Amino acid sequence: MLSGFLRGLGSYFLFLGAVLRRPESWREYVKSFVRETELLGMSSIPLVVFISLFMGAVLTIQTAINLDDPFIPDMYIGIAVREGIILEFAPTIVSLILAGKVGSNISSSLGTMRVTEQMDALQIMGINPASYLVLPKIGACLLFFPILVVFSIFMGLLGGYLAGDWLHLVNPDSFLLGYFDEFRPYYILYSLTKTTVFAFIISSISAWYGFNVRGGAVEVGKASTQAVVAMSFSIILFNYILTDVMLQ
Amino acid sequence: MIEVRGIKKTFGDQAVLKGIDMQLAPGQCNLIIGSSGSGKTVLLKSIVGLITPDEGQVLLDGRDWTAMKEQDRKELRQEMGMVFQASALFTSLSVEENVRFPLDFFSQLSAAEKKERVAFCLDRVRIPESALKKNPAELSGGMQKRVAIARAIVLNPKYLFCDEPNSGLDPETSIVIDQLIQEITREFGMTTVVNTHDMNSVLEIGDHVVLLRHGYKVWEGTGPDILKSDDQEVVDYVFRSALFKRVRSAMNK
Repeated sequence: MLSGFLRGLGSYFLFLGAVLRRPESWREYVKSFVRETELLGMSSIPLVVFISLFMGAVLTIQTAINLDDPFIPDMYIGIAVREGIILEFAPTIVSLILAGKVGSNISSSLGTMRVTEQMDALQIMGINPASYLVLPKIGACLLFFPILVVFSIFMGLLGGYLAGDWLHLVNPDSFLLGYFDEFRPYYILYSLTKTTVFAFIISSISAWYGFNVRGGAVEVGKASTQAVVAMSFSIILFNYILTDVMLQ
Repeated sequence: MIEVRGIKKTFGDQAVLKGIDMQLAPGQCNLIIGSSGSGKTVLLKSIVGLITPDEGQVLLDGRDWTAMKEQDRKELRQEMGMVFQASALFTSLSVEENVRFPLDFFSQLSAAEKKERVAFCLDRVRIPESALKKNPAELSGGMQKRVAIARAIVLNPKYLFCDEPNSGLDPETSIVIDQLIQEITREFGMTTVVNTHDMNSVLEIGDHVVLLRHGYKVWEGTGPDILKSDDQEVVDYVFRSALFKRVRSAMNK
């Protein structure tokens, strides 16, 4: 089992080496990057907005219920919701969801290209399939995931505020004050750093699984599932490591 | 001219190619035939460099392709076109974009010149203009093969490789594809290598036919020769079919 893991890890780093080779045509790579940004990033905005609004709302409800004490001002509920969203919910939960949506898209589309010989067609033309197909995807994820997480933070905070107000769980003015009280910009940096690392994990691991598919449609499905599992493990693991390094 | 010298390939403990030598002349359709598992796909993939052979050489007009560095190979690849069994058209691109794809990467042509070249190639394979903006999935199997041929010839290659181009096509469409491959080969003077198990293709376009069996080359000749051959390997491969038994007996009468 360990030797299998190490072989896989070695293969993953060799794959990254192939991905990072010099492109045959920068112009075509940029065109592909724009296409991937639209496909992987822009199309995820509605999902992220929807999830974040409700995530913020639920967080406010849970925190308000647990801190329902006349001696605790509603401002502290606002602070707790803000820190929860910025530090954990927006970067980690949204990344886990994107691992499912974007990661499985990447692995299944590359897997399909592999089994239908489209990658061989690229290779015959003298184009490095690893680089041409994967580098723009990694670039698109690295650029757009932090943007999605910023969206998620705003939507989560909005959802939290609206839920607190509509359900009369908090005093809206006091709650809102909590959003701005003792705000630490470093937490945004921490959140975006985590997101960037997760973006690389999602795009590269899913691409590696898709790129190495052998067989047919069943194997493409299997690779996609395995990729989501591997990405989720890696995200949770790196979430711990980065938190330990950046917040201790 | 493509020269194959002593190509051997083993996967695990299974020897798939056991030392193949052959010469494939330009301006001809060179067909590699053989039953499933005979090694013809591995041989074709070894020739085009998708598989690295364990031993042997592939010479493309005297240039040792097997010994080349990746960068030199990349340049030489622009002299190659390939039609895959499942067409391998890029599903995220339209028909026109698929054919233009190699030009976008490797030519210095202006947009107008590219458009003209794409139109010429698609017209040459008889794809109507109405199909240009369509996605490959919207086309029939035969049309997809023709678009794949157009993409393969768009850079005006010296070598054209076709892996089972008639796979999944009806007999009528297969003949159209065969004739198209032959016309293009003659017209552009390419060295064409076709991997097939379709005996009709052998008779239709087989200028030079190589029969593989269990990783060995067991016979070579022309398409018409194969019907007259008494070679046991040819008899075993070709004349198991009732149709070809009848053809042979009709010829002998």
